[in-house]
Order: sequence, then C-alpha cells, then structure tokens
Amino acid sequence: MESAQADATFAPPRRQDGRGSRLIRRMAKRYDLYLMLLLPMAWYLIFHYGPLYGLQIAFKNFNPGKGIVGSPWTGFDHFERFFDSYYFGRLLWNTLTINFFSLLIAFPIPILLALIVTEIRGKTFSKWLQNITYVPHFISVVVIVGILTVFLSPSTGPVNKLIEAFGGSPVRFMESAGWFKPIFIGSNIWQNMGWQSIIYIAALSGVNPDLYEAAKMDGASRLRRIWHVSLPGIVPVIVILLILDVGHFMNIGFEKILLMQNNLNLESSDVISTFVYTTGILKGEYSYTSAIGLFNSLINLTLLLLVNRFARKTSETSLW
Amino acid sequence: MAKEAAISRPSEDRAFDAVVYAIAVLIIVIVLYPLIFIVSASLSDPAKVLGGEVWLLPKGFNVEAYINIMQNDKIWIGYRNTIFYAVVGTLVNLIMTILAAYPLSRPDLPGRGPLMLIITLTMFFSGGLIPTYMLVKGLGMVDTIWALIVPGAIATYNLIVMRTYFQSSIPWELQEAAHIDGCTNWRLLVNIILPLSKPILAVMVLFYAVGHWNSFFGALIYIRNESLYPLQLVLRDILLISQSDIADSGVGLEDKILLAESIKYAVIIVSSLPVLVMYPFVQRHFVKGVMIGSIKG
Repeated sequence: MESAQADATFAPPRRQDGRGSRLIRRMAKRYDLYLMLLLPMAWYLIFHYGPLYGLQIAFKNFNPGKGIVGSPWTGFDHFERFFDSYYFGRLLWNTLTINFFSLLIAFPIPILLALIVTEIRGKTFSKWLQNITYVPHFISVVVIVGILTVFLSPSTGPVNKLIEAFGGSPVRFMESAGWFKPIFIGSNIWQNMGWQSIIYIAALSGVNPDLYEAAKMDGASRLRRIWHVSLPGIVPVIVILLILDVGHFMNIGFEKILLMQNNLNLESSDVISTFVYTTGILKGEYSYTSAIGLFNSLINLTLLLLVNRFARKTSETSLW
Repeated sequence: MAKEAAISRPSEDRAFDAVVYAIAVLIIVIVLYPLIFIVSASLSDPAKVLGGEVWLLPKGFNVEAYINIMQNDKIWIGYRNTIFYAVVGTLVNLIMTILAAYPLSRPDLPGRGPLMLIITLTMFFSGGLIPTYMLVKGLGMVDTIWALIVPGAIATYNLIVMRTYFQSSIPWELQEAAHIDGCTNWRLLVNIILPLSKPILAVMVLFYAVGHWNSFFGALIYIRNESLYPLQLVLRDILLISQSDIADSGVGLEDKILLAESIKYAVIIVSSLPVLVMYPFVQRHFVKGVMIGSIKG
C-alpha cells in the first residue's frame, strides 16, 4: 500500500503512461476472468444477437438456396401484406385484449393474496396458505391444459356434472370462443397467484412497523392501515413488477394459448405469436412471419418505454 | 366517542379476521380441489369417474390406469429422455451461468458495465421465434439433443440472481486476501467462491431442472424424431391430441374410451410426481431464489 502511494507521488514518469495502457495492464492482469467469460459471451452473441442479424429476412424474400445475405430485398412488402391481411385485425385484437385483461384482472390478485397472508395472525396457517398456493406454479403448461381439458370436459368433467345436477345442459368450454379468454386468464391466476405473491410478501415484511403503530394510535382500522400504510409501502415493488409484466406483454402465455387452441375457439385464441408459429414453422413462410414477429417486438418495446416513462414521472420508480 | 371506539374495535377486529380467514380458506380450496380431484379420479374405477360419482375421494379403488401406463413404451422413453435432458441441460446451465456470473460480479473487472449491458439488453428484445429457429437449424442442431440444451444454456434472470449473490454474500476482502496469497482466479472460484455459494447453487439447480422437466416448446419446434421426445411432448399427445391410441389393450370400444379417459388422470400424476414430491423439501430454496432476485430485480 505504502509503496504504491510512493510510486504515485515520487515517480512522475509513471503518470505519463496513457490511461489506455494502464487499462490494458489492468485487463491483462485479469485475463483469466475474460477467459471465463469467453464461452458465455460467445453464446450471447450467437444465440441472442445472431437472431437479430437474421431478422433482416423480414425485409427480404428468404430463399434457402441463396441464404440470409443473398436473398433479394423487398422492403416493407411483408409488413404491408400483414397489415392488409384478413387476420391482422383479429390477431391484434386478441393479442391486446388477452394481455390487457390478464394485466387488469390477474395482476392485482397476488397483491391481495400477499395482504391476506400478512394479515393472518396464526403463523402456521399463514405458512400453509403460502406453501399450498405455490404448488401449481411447478406444474407444466401441458399438464395445466390437460387438467383444464379433463376438468371442463362436456361428458366427464366435474364442472359439467355440476351444471347438469342443477338442471343445466353441458357446456363445451374448451371448444368455445366465448369461454377461451376467461378460462385462459382464470387458470393463469390459479397457477401463478401464489408464486407471484412471494415478492409482495417480502416487500410487506419490510414496511416499517412504527408506521403501523402510529396509524393504530391514530385510531385507524385494519382496513385503513392496509390502505394507508401497507399499500403505499409496496408501491415501488408494484410499479417495477408492472413494468416487467408490460415488458413481455405481447408474448404472455404463448405456449399455453397454443396448447388450448383448436379450430372452434380460433376466433378468440388466434394471437400474433401463435400465428407466427403456425405460419412460420409449420408452413415455412420465414420472411413473412419474421416481419410479423418484428412488428410484435416493436409494439412491445414501445409499450415498455411508455410505461417506464410514465412510471418515472408519476411515482419516481422505474427500471432505468 | 373514545369509549365507543374502545368497545367496537375488538368486534370490528374480529369481523376483519373472520373475513380474512374465510378468503384464505376459499383460496386453499380453489387451489387444492382440482389437484385432489385428479389424484382421486386416477385411483378410481373409470366408470364411476365418467358417471360423475367421484367428487373428492376415490370411488371403487382401481390402479389399472397406472398399470396401463407402466406398459406404455412412449411414456418410458419420454421419461428417460426428460431425465437425460434435465441432468445434462442443468449441468450445462450451471457451468455457463457460473462462468458468466462470477467475472461479472467482480468490481475490479474492466469493461464490466458494457458487458452487463450486452446481457441485460437481451431481456427486452429478441430476434423472435423464426430467426432463432433458422439459426438453430443452420447450426445443424434440429433433431439432436443439442437443440434442447444449447439455445437455452443461460437464463439471463438466473445469471443476474447469481451475480447479485456473489456480490452481496461473499466478502470482497476475502477475495482480495486470496489474491495477495497468490491464488489465481480459477482456484479462487473453485475452492472459495463455489463452496461458499451452495445455497444459490441449489436454487439454480432447482430453477433450471424444473424448467427442463416442464419445457415442451423447444422439443415441439426442434425435435421430429419420436425417440427423442421429452415427456411433456408425449404427454401432450396423450392428453390433448389422440384419445384411443394408448388404450389398445382394452377389449370393447367402450372399455377403450373408459381406459383412455382414466389414463389421462394417471398420466398427469405420473408426470408431475417427481416435481411435486420434491416440492415440500425444496420450496424454501425456491422462495429464497425469488427473494435474492428481487433485491436487484
């Protein structure tokens, strides 16, 4: 330590080394750290930035014989074709409504669950409530849709048995366009409310207990304490999670929608991401669907930037 | 006024408690009922399930569906493949995530900011499904196990969680001291950092392994060869596509339909069992992982 100081003060020639060469020396000294990073960074460049390079086929007519670079440019043809297509309105409408209602209905529920968990006085019961609600998170999408199918089956499912017991006639839930969105969103809530409440529970436990005491002294009821102390205390966390949710707004639940989709509910289950899969991967229209995918990502990015800016202005919490 | 409040508050409080407990119980019932029903239905006489007699507990105890599954090759192959993908995949995930997270946790690494930016940017935009598919195809990975392991080698969220852990839970002085003693960064990582990071390593293994166990989309787009199908893809065929394909051992048509239906319940149980049996023992670790992630989410 002392000798380093001495170097800096008594040996002026050292100082004349440019910042650049000092940086290189600092980097060379830690060459093994860069060696560790070699594989992961190469992976990021290939598997995350490589597809971005491949995205140019959205503006080209991809021809497997000519490759990505050799295929002829077509400008915005694919985008125009998509905007003019019969499916455009339906795809955009379904994508936006499914995600908007998911956000509107499913987003607040984990917050409510977290409040309930923290308001319960019996610690054992509260732990049970948490552990039970986490369980569905670990069930795969395939199994979730399988459970929905057997549960809502018109001939054998308990839901329709119950409807019949009350004199109603069986409903073909899984083949109904009208039921698709409620079932999709409802089962998402069932699966994820517990898991998503973890962060809120953690945030609630960090709220200063003095604030509760003060509110209690002022005669605030428990409901008022929740409203004036608990909720304001976790607003930053709520805002961050809301922004993150908007961050993948356009792609939410893609795998599950694909599994739930059938010809009879297509009218309300056809979304941009599933259309890209069926038309791109299954029918091989790479350029066209790359353009659609790009359109999807751009809307998403715009939403993210807007929400982030809005959050920064109104609540002073934002991702960046 | 004050007197009134003093008298009314306890009862108001009790009413509030009652509402909270009622909602909590309702939530538990909603979450558990479908799961209990599936378990009971899988263990019941198929005729009674289809007749709507099973509501909560098994009726006419019957394990034929499970026996039928045991004899189904597709499910065994799927199981075997998934175990293989989960083990190899998680190992690759772990190595790659550590190799990225440790250097990036070092405050003395020149260029750390820009490298981190390159990584975090990928969380907010991507080339999309088709360009990624074309890349994987171009690399010749389609219809090989690598398509299920390499493209998902690192989950950026997990990388950030691990980096945060290295930064916040391992004293920097310890690392400096090791350096002064002439310890290289590789030895530091293997002999000091990793043994001190067992909790986060457990979290990572769990996150990645459950991800592999439950994933089906990678296989759906990249795998055509049925002998490479993971369990989830086999499940999808049984649960959502074909009905009678699997129940070829039944006698009459009606028996076949009965069996096909009851197999659905059993197959759900058999495929989710490993994760659900593990769950009570490891859920603390999962929760910890989410907490660490939320520190700097």
